[in-house]
Amino acid sequence: MYVAVKGGERAIDAAHDWLAEERRGDPAIPELSLAQIREQMSLAVNRVMTEGSLYDPDLAALAIKQARGDLIEAIFLIRAYRTTLPRIGHSRPVDTGAMRCDRRISATFKDAPGGQVLGPTFDYTHRLLDFALAAEGEAPLARQAEPGPETVPRILDFLGRDGLIQEEPDGDATPPDLTREPLEFPADRALRLQSLTRSDEGFVLGMAYSSQRGYGRNHPFVGELRIGAVEVMMGIPELGFDVCIGDITLTECETVNQFTGSKTEPAQFTRGYGLVFGQTERKAISMALVDRALRWEELGEENVGAPVQDAEFVLAHGDNIQATGFLEHIKLPHYVDFQSELELVRKMRRGARAAQMQEAAE
Amino acid sequence: MTEHAERQGWMGLLARAPAARLAALMGDAPGFDWLRAPEVGGVMVRGRAGGTGAPFNLGEMTVTRCALRLATGEVGHACVRGRDKTHARQAALVDALMQGPRAAGVRAGVLDPLAAEEAARRHARAAKAAATKVEFFTMVRGEA
Repeated sequence: MYVAVKGGERAIDAAHDWLAEERRGDPAIPELSLAQIREQMSLAVNRVMTEGSLYDPDLAALAIKQARGDLIEAIFLIRAYRTTLPRIGHSRPVDTGAMRCDRRISATFKDAPGGQVLGPTFDYTHRLLDFALAAEGEAPLARQAEPGPETVPRILDFLGRDGLIQEEPDGDATPPDLTREPLEFPADRALRLQSLTRSDEGFVLGMAYSSQRGYGRNHPFVGELRIGAVEVMMGIPELGFDVCIGDITLTECETVNQFTGSKTEPAQFTRGYGLVFGQTERKAISMALVDRALRWEELGEENVGAPVQDAEFVLAHGDNIQATGFLEHIKLPHYVDFQSELELVRKMRRGARAAQMQEAAE
Repeated sequence: MTEHAERQGWMGLLARAPAARLAALMGDAPGFDWLRAPEVGGVMVRGRAGGTGAPFNLGEMTVTRCALRLATGEVGHACVRGRDKTHARQAALVDALMQGPRAAGVRAGVLDPLAAEEAARRHARAAKAAATKVEFFTMVRGEA
């Protein structure tokens, strides 16, 4: 418990003024524009959009500037803004099969139709600091080549055609929405996917990594990873038809996992799925691994007690805004709580000392 | 749905167009009355489990929507990504104009250039992706 204490207003105002000054940094250095953040810190922008659960690169750039680059603080700002937006509706499920891919790779099929397209990746860079970036230079230019077809087939469809991988039961049931109804357990897969896509990247990465190291191992391969633009379609009630309301960039990861089979069913591979806003590849792969691990029950696997198999543990602790709120509230005044504990400890010590003295006297 | 295909086509093109470019191509706008003044809101974007399975809620995106009626009676709608009310207004104006006598001029002056520029943007991006496509070749090892 904490109590309201008056008298801090002047100190708070001064702290916020200083925060603004520190945020600006040395005034002799040019100020960052939102466009600079949006264009040149785009992976930070993507993370803030994904975990803030709101696709708007300009707002994410503003949040990053306001938060002085603290991405969790920026995500907090976006989540707070999101709650002020009237909900206009929901889109049709995006067709990631029609994605115009910047990047598309498969770790399972070398000669996949459409090929291995690396895109603007950090992979194969040497992770050596590039001091050329410390100086201003000319804008680099990417090479170009004759493009192939606009869309490429889904790699897992090739396995599906032969019945070698579990089918995804489709449908158009209205999915649960944890921004409207509090997260409750047991959580179905739609709710788990919504929760995972906005969960903290570091937390989901750690959970995914734990499953790779043996805590609920399920042998994932990246069947396909694709990054690119998709059109968002929405029904307009006044018109009675769907229109495209804009393009968004998504990262999608489909994993091919350990097969299951039984006396009645032939062996087949299973799936894990990750889908996130922007180019956010580490998160998409992590999400797919955790999604797959959380499916142990529906796939008839053993619960080995691994943390990543525990939906309540994973989903209840993955939200970095909830986690930050609870963690950081302990720095707020708890004077009354602490006074009572202090009083209790003193009383116990007095009691113990009195008992000792009595013993000595006897 | 097919009867609306043409209108769906231009509404989507207008939503995806850079707002500044649309504004530059618009020229003088006709008089109109708001049926719904521009409103910024959120749309919940859905995905499908496994890309093809049951829907789930991925996250929201900001959108701006509006509806207006020209002095000549045509009604235009817009719902565009982002928070730019001018973008929404101009998209709705073009939508309305495309239903009236100025359609051919608007198509040639606004929609055709936007479509060509979008195609060029997409082509340039696809060309950069194509340049990063791996061309495997097999190394022959040992005795042939």
